[in-house]
Amino acid sequence: MIKSASLQKVTSLKIPSPMANRQWMEGLRNAILPLLGLALFLVLWNIAAKNIITSLGQFPGPTQVYEQTINLWQEHNSEQEKAAKFYERQEQRNAARLEADPTYEPRIRPYTGAPTFFDQIWTSLYTVSVGFIIASLFAVPIGIVCGLSKSAYAAINPLIQLFKPVSPLAWLPLVTMVVSAVYVTDDPFFSKSFLTSAFTVALCCLWPTLINTAVGVSSIPNDLVNVSKVLRLNAFAHVVKIVLPASIPMIFTGLRLSLGIGWMVLIAAEMLAQNPGLGKFVWDEFQNGSSDSLARIMVAVLVIGAIGFVLDRLMLLLQRKVSWDKSANLR
Amino acid sequence: MKTHLEISNVGIEFPTPKGPFVALQDVNLKIDKGEFISLIGHSGCGKSTVLNIVAGLYQATEGGVILENKEVNEPGPERAVVFQNHSLLPWLTAYQNVELAVKQTCKHMSKKEKQDWILHNLELVHMTHAKDKLPGEVSGGMKQRVGIARALSMEPQVLLMDEPFGALDALTRAHLQDSLMEIHASLGNTVIMITHDVDEAVLLSDRIVMMTNGPSATIGEILPVKLERPRNRIQLADNAEYNHYRHEVLSFLYEKQRKVEPVSPKTSAQKDESTSDAA
Repeated sequence: MIKSASLQKVTSLKIPSPMANRQWMEGLRNAILPLLGLALFLVLWNIAAKNIITSLGQFPGPTQVYEQTINLWQEHNSEQEKAAKFYERQEQRNAARLEADPTYEPRIRPYTGAPTFFDQIWTSLYTVSVGFIIASLFAVPIGIVCGLSKSAYAAINPLIQLFKPVSPLAWLPLVTMVVSAVYVTDDPFFSKSFLTSAFTVALCCLWPTLINTAVGVSSIPNDLVNVSKVLRLNAFAHVVKIVLPASIPMIFTGLRLSLGIGWMVLIAAEMLAQNPGLGKFVWDEFQNGSSDSLARIMVAVLVIGAIGFVLDRLMLLLQRKVSWDKSANLR
Repeated sequence: MKTHLEISNVGIEFPTPKGPFVALQDVNLKIDKGEFISLIGHSGCGKSTVLNIVAGLYQATEGGVILENKEVNEPGPERAVVFQNHSLLPWLTAYQNVELAVKQTCKHMSKKEKQDWILHNLELVHMTHAKDKLPGEVSGGMKQRVGIARALSMEPQVLLMDEPFGALDALTRAHLQDSLMEIHASLGNTVIMITHDVDEAVLLSDRIVMMTNGPSATIGEILPVKLERPRNRIQLADNAEYNHYRHEVLSFLYEKQRKVEPVSPKTSAQKDESTSDAA
C-alpha cells in the first residue's frame, strides 16, 4: 500500500520534471552556445588585432568596426539629407521660374553625390539578382534537357566540366570587352560596369543549378515515368506535370549553391568592373588608405557575410513554399 | 467467347555485355473479356516482364500482344497499370492524382462530369474521406487504393496489376483483395495480376497462369479455378476444392519448378532477376 502510493508520487511528480528540465537545458544550450562562440571569437579577434600593425595602422578590432558602422550609417543619413535638400531647392527654383515664365518646362536633375555604403549594398543585391536570374533562366531548362536525354548530357557534360572551375577573374576581361563592343547606345539604361558584373556572376553561377537539375531530373523514379507513359502525356505535359515537380528539391539545392557562388563572385567582379557595389566599396577604401579604411573594409566583410547568409535563408524559405517535399534539407 | 486479349508467341531478349539474354520465350495466352488472370511464379521468372510487354512499356523481341484485334506497341490508358509501389505523384493529393488520369483520358467529359467521375472512383476504393491527403500522409494500403482508383478511372479494357498488394501487411491485403473482388464483380474488368501469394491467386482468379523459371521462362501450366463467385475467404478455408487448387499451385511451385537458390552471386537466375526487375 505504501509502496504503490509512493510509486504514484514518483510517476506523477518526478517523471515530467526531468523531461521539462531536459527541454529547458536544450533551449539553453541552443541559445547559449552560439553566443559563447561569438564571444570567444570577439575576444580572439580583439587580441589578434592588437598584435597586427599594418602600414595603415593597427588592424581593426571589434570596437573600431563598431565605430565605423555607426559612421557609415551617419554618412548615409547626411547624404540622404543633402539629396532631399537638393531636390527641394530644385523644386523651389522650378516653381519660381514657372511663375515668371509659364512656358518653361520644369526639369529635375538627379542628385549626383557619391553613393553611400548602403546605396552600394542595394546595387550589389540588384546586380547579383540579375546575374542569378539570367543564369537560372539558362541553367534550369538546359539541366532538364540534360536530365531527360543521355545524349544531350553526353554532349554538354564536357563543356560543364571545362567551364565549371573557371574563376570569375578570368572571365571578367572577356566579358568587359564583349559588353563594350556589343552594348553601344547613346542613352544607356544599364551602366556597362553593371552588365559586366552581372554577366560574370551569371557565367559562374550557371553550373551548380545546371548540374543539380540534370541529376534531379535523371533520378526521377522510373515508376513515375511509366505513369506518364501509360497516361500518354505529351513531352510538354510530362515536363510540367512530372519532371519539374519531381526535381524541384534538387533544382533548389542547385539554386542555393548558385546564389552563394554568385554572391561570392560578385564582390570580385565589382572590384574589377568598378560597379558601384560592395566590391567597389572595398576596393575604394583600400585605395583610399586612411587609418579608418581597414575598419570600414571589415564592416563590409561582415555585411557581405550576413547578406550571404540571409540570401541563403530566403532561398530556403522559397524552397519550402514551392516544394512538396517539406522535409527537404533544412540546413 | 471471342478472344479479348491475346499474347502470341511472345519472347524477349535483353542485351547484356555477354550477349543477348533470353528472358521469355514462346509465351502464349488467350484471355476472355472480364476474365481475372493471375500470373504466379518464382521471383525473377519474368512475370513482370510479361506484364510490361502487355502494358507496352517493353517491346517484345518476338511475337506480340493483340488487344481487340489491334497490336499493342506502346503504353496507353486502355491498359492501365497498378504498380507495385503505388507510384502516386507525391506532390498531388489523392484527388489530384486521379484527376491527372481523368483529365488525360476522359477529355470528352465536362468539368462537372470529371469531378463526379473522380469522386466515384475514389468511392469505389473507399477513399473519399482522404481525398485531399497527400500520399505521404496516408498508409501504404490507402496509397494502393488510390493507385487502383487512378487505374480504374482510365476505364481500361485491361487492368494490369504488378504485385499490387505485395508490400502490404496481411490484414490490409485481405481487405484490399475483398475490395478488388467487389470492384471486379461490379465492373467486370479484364484483369491480369502478378502475385507471389498462392491464396491470393486462388481466391481472386478465374485462371492461374504458372510460369517456369528463367532464363527462357514460359508458361508452365494454366489452372482454371472454378470456384463460385462471390467467394468468401472464411468459407473457402475449409473448402476441399479450394484446397485442391491451392495444392496444385503449391506443388507446381515447390515440386515441379523448385527454385535452386544460387550460392555464388553470378548465376543466371540472379541475372534474370536483375534484368527483369530493372523496369
